[in-house]
Amino acid sequence: MRNNKNGTNVRLQGIAVSPGIIIGKARLIDRSKQKIIYQYIVNEKDLSGEVERFKNALQTTRDQIASVKNNLPDQLRQHAFILDAHLMILDDSMITDATIKSIVEEKINAEWAIKKSVQKISKIFNDIEDEYIKERFSDVENVVERILRNLSGKEQESLAVSDENVIIVAHNLSPADTTEMNTSKILGFITDIGGRTSHTAIIAQALEIPAVVGLETATSVINDGCLLIVDGYKGEVIINPDVNLISAFQQKQNYYEKYKSSILRLCYLPSETTDGHRVTLKANIEFVEEIAAAKDHGAEGIGLYRTEYLYLRSKGIPEEEELFNDYRQVAEIIHPESVTIRTLDIGGDKFLSNYQSSKEMNPALGLRAIRFCLKEQEVFRSQLRAILRASAFGHVQILLPMISGLQELIDFKKILAEVRTDLEKRKVEYDRDIRIGIMIEIPSAVTVADILAKHVDFFSIGTNDLIQYALAVDRVNEHVAFMYEPYHPAVIRMIMQTVKAARDAGIEVALCGEMAGDPMCAPILLGIGIDELSMNSGTIPLIKKVIRGVSRKEAIEDLNHILGLTTAQEVRSFIEKNADRFLPYIKEINSLQPSDK
Amino acid sequence: MEHKRKLKIINDLGIHARSAARIVELAGRHTSRLYLKKDGHEEVEGDSILSILTLNCPKGTELGARAVGEDSLALLNELVKLFEDRFGEDR
Repeated sequence: MRNNKNGTNVRLQGIAVSPGIIIGKARLIDRSKQKIIYQYIVNEKDLSGEVERFKNALQTTRDQIASVKNNLPDQLRQHAFILDAHLMILDDSMITDATIKSIVEEKINAEWAIKKSVQKISKIFNDIEDEYIKERFSDVENVVERILRNLSGKEQESLAVSDENVIIVAHNLSPADTTEMNTSKILGFITDIGGRTSHTAIIAQALEIPAVVGLETATSVINDGCLLIVDGYKGEVIINPDVNLISAFQQKQNYYEKYKSSILRLCYLPSETTDGHRVTLKANIEFVEEIAAAKDHGAEGIGLYRTEYLYLRSKGIPEEEELFNDYRQVAEIIHPESVTIRTLDIGGDKFLSNYQSSKEMNPALGLRAIRFCLKEQEVFRSQLRAILRASAFGHVQILLPMISGLQELIDFKKILAEVRTDLEKRKVEYDRDIRIGIMIEIPSAVTVADILAKHVDFFSIGTNDLIQYALAVDRVNEHVAFMYEPYHPAVIRMIMQTVKAARDAGIEVALCGEMAGDPMCAPILLGIGIDELSMNSGTIPLIKKVIRGVSRKEAIEDLNHILGLTTAQEVRSFIEKNADRFLPYIKEINSLQPSDK
Repeated sequence: MEHKRKLKIINDLGIHARSAARIVELAGRHTSRLYLKKDGHEEVEGDSILSILTLNCPKGTELGARAVGEDSLALLNELVKLFEDRFGEDR
């Protein structure tokens, strides 16, 4: 599939960063053409001409960037400063003076001389630990690419002229690229690299068009002009879809449009059933920037704040101060609602360079999450201090991942007590009533949930891992992925057992896995009596619609029927049969959805 | 004419592309030359955005500023104000 340029229905999976579904033609932006740099020695008498040639290229580049800036569409006006920064980079002595010096002193051509300047700059940037500053090197590369292009006399591949609606396919998009596009002709973006906070993501959201990034091979497998389907909800791209798939996605597009308009109106109404049973809906987030979207979609707080990002970002462990500032910001912005901060859940699929040098045979069962934290206590203490300090600025709760039994909880409490004593000694403010919860995601934790419930303030069921561990299924392994089954009777029973233990101990129970955002699962969870569902903010309105459309009484009756069923398949068909009752288009939308990655 | 000032970075984001651009822009508006110095680093020129970025200045960093020329005092006064205003950022 990787090298298939002509096949139909070739699927690529990336990261969905801006929602929506589009079907359209690919416009491949290939920036790699300008890669070969000729190097030659320049005659003494031609040196001034070579310098002149370089200066002319600088001037042309300057004019181009200025023109892009002046023709910026209104939605992107706030990004104009990036182009100012590009102009400054262009005129930076590390580029201009250094290159001219190389040309004259080493008697080399302008292209080669620039290359040398860039290498020098790259070395300095590489030594910087701050990931944000490091990324700014891409701005340097972008500017230099333009200069090189102008030196070679080649036309800048213009993105502005496009007579038809297209989907932009690129290795990566720089702010300058996106700002010079005729955005009214662009249906969406897909790129090989990038993440949730990449420029592509930010621009796509600003323009309200779909985008999928991190596809890795998009530019190598997609031909210019071929037909694409981009699913900005699932992060999927389909190359050369056949007629059936196209009509299926057109339908899906319609359904989404319909339900979007029908559910967004409900967004701020309470999430309660027709017989008045309330379920709190919260958002799972990874970045402070996502809070605005969470609020817009009616989230009643942050049910899961993942904290790995700051650790994965730079090579070292982040400073307590940086963590504190980040957590405090979240606490303040979401106030008066609460934020549940999950402590470091690193290991497994993620990687912390300083600490885990040896590759684990079985990372899902290895040194990760709370196990890692209890081993590397200084890392953990620093995070706990940051969380406690932030708790003075809002309503913060702590959530511990991967708890398998009581011992870890006892060990944790000892560390927490020490951290608290330390803060008190130093007279540092924090919320002394801060609530502590644990993730229920290991089957053993379910079995001893009654024991654990006596020691914590709340549970949060992490269904993704729970299902994976309980059914012994690796979702990434294509041969067994089909066995990953939220409707498995064992999964339903485990959730029930957890809820019962919580009820008996009088504590609350939340659920923050993908099941929380699955409209088909919502009625089951409602029947079981989960207090809080936490999901990606985009799905909150949909789940709210489902909840507002059913009664708790019905949900319990359905659940009782489901408990009599013996296989996942039976449960699934029962739910699908019933789906029309609680959500008109949901069956169609779901039947088109490929399984989650 | 040469003048010096001590500066402290108080905005949450520290010096990033936008704030560095504002420093360069300010320096460009004056005839005096601006130099910035961070402990443990060589002094850099205030009109080089790349040099300023590569100083790597998060919140709390202290910098020494030196300006040489006719309007050096005016330049430094505006610079101090820019830092105190958090480069126009909210926090």
